[in-house]
Amino acid sequence: MAADAFASTPSPMVRGPEPQGSGPRHHRSRTLVRILPLAPAVVLLAIFLAGPVFWSFYGSFTNAALTGFNAKNPTWVGLDNYLKLLADPVFPLSLWLTVVFVVSSAIIGQNLLGLGIALLMGQANRVVASVVGTVVVAAWVLPEIVAAFVAYAYFSKDGTLNQVLAGLGMTGPNWLYSFPMLAVVLANVWRGTAFSMMVYRAALNDVPVEITEAAMIDGAGGVKRLRFITVPMIRTSITTNLMLITLQTLSVFTLIWVMTAGGPGNNSTVLPVMAYQEAFKFGDIGYGTAIATVMLIIGAIFSVVYIRALRPGRS
Amino acid sequence: MRGNTKLAVSVLAVAVMVGMVGCSPSPSDSGTTNSPSDGGPTTLKIVYEKTDSFTALDTLFTKIKPEFEKAHKGVTVDLQPIQANDDDYSTKLALSQQSAETAPDVFYEDTFRLRSDVDAGYILNLDSHLATWDDWSNFIDGAKAAGKGDDGSIYAIPLGTDTRAIWYSKPVLTKAGIAVPWQPKTWDDVLEAARTIQKAEPGVVPFNMYAGKGTGEGTVMQSFFELLYGTGDSPLYNESEKKWVVGSQGFKDSLTFLQTLYKEKLAVDPSEALDPNVWKKIFGELFPQGKIGGTVEGSYAPSFWLKGGSYAWPGYADDMGVAAFPTQKGEAPGGVSMSGGWTLAVGAKTKSADLAFEFITVALNKENALWYAINNSQIAVRKDVASDPSYLAANPFVADVTKLVDFTHYRPATSDYPKISAEIQAATEAVITGQQSVDEAAAAYDKAVEGIVGADNVTKK
Repeated sequence: MAADAFASTPSPMVRGPEPQGSGPRHHRSRTLVRILPLAPAVVLLAIFLAGPVFWSFYGSFTNAALTGFNAKNPTWVGLDNYLKLLADPVFPLSLWLTVVFVVSSAIIGQNLLGLGIALLMGQANRVVASVVGTVVVAAWVLPEIVAAFVAYAYFSKDGTLNQVLAGLGMTGPNWLYSFPMLAVVLANVWRGTAFSMMVYRAALNDVPVEITEAAMIDGAGGVKRLRFITVPMIRTSITTNLMLITLQTLSVFTLIWVMTAGGPGNNSTVLPVMAYQEAFKFGDIGYGTAIATVMLIIGAIFSVVYIRALRPGRS
Repeated sequence: MRGNTKLAVSVLAVAVMVGMVGCSPSPSDSGTTNSPSDGGPTTLKIVYEKTDSFTALDTLFTKIKPEFEKAHKGVTVDLQPIQANDDDYSTKLALSQQSAETAPDVFYEDTFRLRSDVDAGYILNLDSHLATWDDWSNFIDGAKAAGKGDDGSIYAIPLGTDTRAIWYSKPVLTKAGIAVPWQPKTWDDVLEAARTIQKAEPGVVPFNMYAGKGTGEGTVMQSFFELLYGTGDSPLYNESEKKWVVGSQGFKDSLTFLQTLYKEKLAVDPSEALDPNVWKKIFGELFPQGKIGGTVEGSYAPSFWLKGGSYAWPGYADDMGVAAFPTQKGEAPGGVSMSGGWTLAVGAKTKSADLAFEFITVALNKENALWYAINNSQIAVRKDVASDPSYLAANPFVADVTKLVDFTHYRPATSDYPKISAEIQAATEAVITGQQSVDEAAAAYDKAVEGIVGADNVTKK
């Protein structure tokens, strides 16, 4: 799919006088030559991306398992896994938690906080801006597993947060147990804000100063300038950023697994955690891949929404 | 067009992430670099569990490796310990079984997963090998059955077995005014004692029992089944009808007991109970410090405290006491215990079945089996080991926990069991965290069991 799309985009580089007698045949062979350099990438994509996706999709229609009779002889079960999923009381909860997690930690938390920090950094002096930038990016630089341990150490019962609260004379609750979703949402905001911040800093640098100044002279205040000048001008960056962080957050697994393992009960079992548990803890590969397919669909829905928002001509 | 490209790219991007999660076992690849046992260089891959609290098997294999290599020219023994808890170990093992390239020749296998893995075609039938092994007659018959598949053939050789008992702290009970040795006769006796400790000694955990998914199989083996099997005959699985029991009052009563323990704060805090490492706190800190009254744990508990164990504690012999877990209302036979145990098995995809089996026979000869039984606090499965004076003198509790074999129970050896166990763990977690009432959790369990085995394979009680 990707190869076709690239190949049929006319290349602006080749623009010499057309040789005589260049018919469609010649054109076709030239296209083939152009596609050739893409071939290795396409093959790799097909093997390492499309392959597992297809396997996962196929697996969701079988009763493949990690052990037991079905491990040796997996059979085609049609839509059974999906029907079972719809009847599973954990599924609606898990779906809801996934949406809550994505909306609150990515779309609201990372996105707005990233934009806010980027805007403020534009106003701040150089030293403050670089210190803030370093602090925020530090969480992004950490490998996910390290960030997850740090977040666990911070929110756990005898963790940093509760020690600080104790120092202030307050007794903090056991965050990971009493407010598991709040804890993982905050952890993901902490970890992911740097990405949005960097995207928005780059975008804000491209907003011409003249336009902002012209608006200022016309008497537009800060809020008005933000709403009518800055945001419309960085609109594409906003949608691109939203799409990327949504997809990243949708697939967050390590952070939640280390912090709460989906618990207590199923109170922080988002879809990736549920898929992992079904596939590898309960050995039901078919069911696990069905959940993975549902995640794929959710990701695709978000993508379509964002891509539509990205279309030019609607400002 | 541009939109489509982006859509394609983004769908692929999601797919990659999903692919990571739903990561698939690769189709089996029959190619192998190992040559069969025809004298050429051969590698024997041994896969087993090793944790900071379970090193006995690693020590044993490390000792055997050079001896075995010396006796067999050209053979390399490749020890591959997996550092993981029991649940993650079996997942990793099952994943390695997907391909002949990664499948082990010899591996450490939990008895309750054996039949499931036999059905999956992971394990080699050992009948023909056993016929030529004289030592096999030294194994106790009951223990031999632990390695039996549904077809009656033997697929694995037991390393040892275990029982489950109440381990209690004598100083804590004495301080609360409870006479030791202590032997509760009913569930109420247990609760009574726990409440007495709670009143007398604030800050001490009166009586803990595992619950929730965190402690995995420990939740059922060392907690829920001691309750459930004390509520009447065949409370979980009806062997004669070959059907799973649903809707039983005993199931609800057992959940209620756990709920009471956690609600009245007689056990550890539910948030701690869900931590897979809660047992380390109990055996590494609470018991040695006299901060817990009692708990239910396997007969191997002294191995934690032995010299060289993970929580070496010389005082355990004097401070600890053992009691049988009582039946609900004191019904006969007056106690409940569960038995499991681990085995050694040969991988079905091995190219050197004879060598692999020979490695097992060396690992389980009298000398090595005795060493393992003593150092891992196992209940011996070889008659010659069981009668050895050094085995009986290994720790002060060997006689007590061996006696529990009289009324011990085994888990239903069906391939559906691991899934049903997971459902029980989920039910206990829902109850102790207050997310479901006992009735709701029991109903959810019934529904889940029916979903796993089918409506034809359940029976109402």
